[in-house]
Amino acid sequence: MSTTSYETVIGLEVHVELHTKTKIFCGCSTEFGAPANTHTCPVCLGHPGVLPVLNRQAVEYAVKAAMALNCRIADISHFDRKNYFYPDSPKAYQISQAARPIGEHGWIDIEVGGKTKRIGITRLHLEEDAGKLTHTSGFGSLVDFNRVGTPLVEIVSEPEISSPEEARAYLEKMRSIMQYCEVSDVKMEEGSLRCDANISIRPRGQAEFGIRAELKNMNSFRGVQRGLEYEEVRQAEILDEGGTVIQETRRWDEGKGQTFSMRGKEEAHDYRYFPDPDLVPVEIGADWQERIRAGIPELPDARRARYASDYELPAYDAQVITSSKPLADLFEESLNHIQDARSDAKSVSNWIMGDLLGYLNTNGLELNAVPLTGQGLGELVGLIGKGTVSSKIAKTVFKEMLESGKRPQQIVEEQGLVQISDEGAIKAIVVEVVAANPQSVEDYRAGKDKAIGFLVGQVMKQSKGKANPGLVNKLLVELLKG
Amino acid sequence: MKITVEQVEHVAKLARLNVGEDEKEMFAEQLSAILQYAEKLNELNTDGIEPTTHVLPLHSVTREDEVRESLPIEAVLRNAPDEEDGQFRVPAVLD
Repeated sequence: MSTTSYETVIGLEVHVELHTKTKIFCGCSTEFGAPANTHTCPVCLGHPGVLPVLNRQAVEYAVKAAMALNCRIADISHFDRKNYFYPDSPKAYQISQAARPIGEHGWIDIEVGGKTKRIGITRLHLEEDAGKLTHTSGFGSLVDFNRVGTPLVEIVSEPEISSPEEARAYLEKMRSIMQYCEVSDVKMEEGSLRCDANISIRPRGQAEFGIRAELKNMNSFRGVQRGLEYEEVRQAEILDEGGTVIQETRRWDEGKGQTFSMRGKEEAHDYRYFPDPDLVPVEIGADWQERIRAGIPELPDARRARYASDYELPAYDAQVITSSKPLADLFEESLNHIQDARSDAKSVSNWIMGDLLGYLNTNGLELNAVPLTGQGLGELVGLIGKGTVSSKIAKTVFKEMLESGKRPQQIVEEQGLVQISDEGAIKAIVVEVVAANPQSVEDYRAGKDKAIGFLVGQVMKQSKGKANPGLVNKLLVELLKG
Repeated sequence: MKITVEQVEHVAKLARLNVGEDEKEMFAEQLSAILQYAEKLNELNTDGIEPTTHVLPLHSVTREDEVRESLPIEAVLRNAPDEEDGQFRVPAVLD
């Protein structure tokens, strides 16, 4: 296989569930995890004679999202019916938007390999979600209509994504922007952020696109990247052997690490869109647009730039921290409780990127599952700065903060973790250790500088980690040389 | 515009309709006649006129995002062809 002689063309379709309290066309709750079919009514069940009424909040969220993606907003937008038969759609059509979407011609910037690349957004439109099908063992499929009518925005990118890595970066940036705008929970595992991909490859230098496959069922950021990587290789192998890629829909199987043709669902992609006669157009006038635009907060790219200029945070740190709004908020809140935010910003960042993210990853937790506050982290960095605790002891304190939510000062006092910076007290231990380890003392004096490391370790051990390591080092050297 | 038998078959398939062999020709003729009638509109000059999606002089009819009571589950499932654990059971479909 020779993937290097081809170039990859990817376009993504991202669906984002808007976190309105109610569905897009009826007053049923959109709460996740309710017993099957208990959040349904004649409207969302598609009973005859009912009429949909548009949720104003859903329109506002969609417009807000479109603005954050730099889209041009439609003055007048309307809804169309997309007709197809499938048991997850009780009306046999989905209310969507074809001709006049909420937003068009947008873009976002992604960062891959230290470079920034702009990816075009073709369109963003509002639509209703479908129900959930469960496939049982041979006795039919079960349908839960709770999710039917949950407002979604579908965001279609231009085919300007050139690698699976870029696709992942695009999706991660999309998640951040939606999270900052507070229009969605954007949880891939709960399905509030979903992604389908069109991928094709072509010989380098060829102008026209190759034949594409549509990829579905990639339920994680890693899954999107892996699924596309698999598909790149699969298509290259076909072309290498002189074959032709078939235009089809393929399903990513995370467990098997492969994509499979979705035969059996023979879809004609002939949706016969037409304007929904039950819904009048929405006029998104200048006043309304301005009010919505005023509610868009500082977005991740702007924050990233600010962290670099105000705090001199390295580009990588700034990107990791701003990729998640709760993380960025924690970072800023911590700095609010620090004397010199500019000089301590990097320490705060280190705690967040190292100990905090490490702890969350190890335990499979989200930030909101730990009781850590920005004030606590700020105070901890302050205690280290003042020499109250050593950086090593601070790690113990931090872990305790993550588990109990207590303030660092309280933990330090309760557990007697205050760093010993009293020269007399440390010297007493140093003298003791030197007397007990003549061999190391001899080694050190014979020029083996490394031997001091062992002696420092012994002093730290005797002091239960509380001795100020700088002082220990200084006093040891003084004693050994003196 | 002339509708062919193949187009009748295609539309019937999309709409999940069983159309008999003898009916296909008939529908093709009838549909052609309907479209032909509508083609009269082409005689009008519609340059610069936005496509009409609604005839009512209304726009932006919306509701507030407030939860209203859903149906009791018994009522929801009353029209279900078959049910299991509060869910509608339908013939097996592939996802």
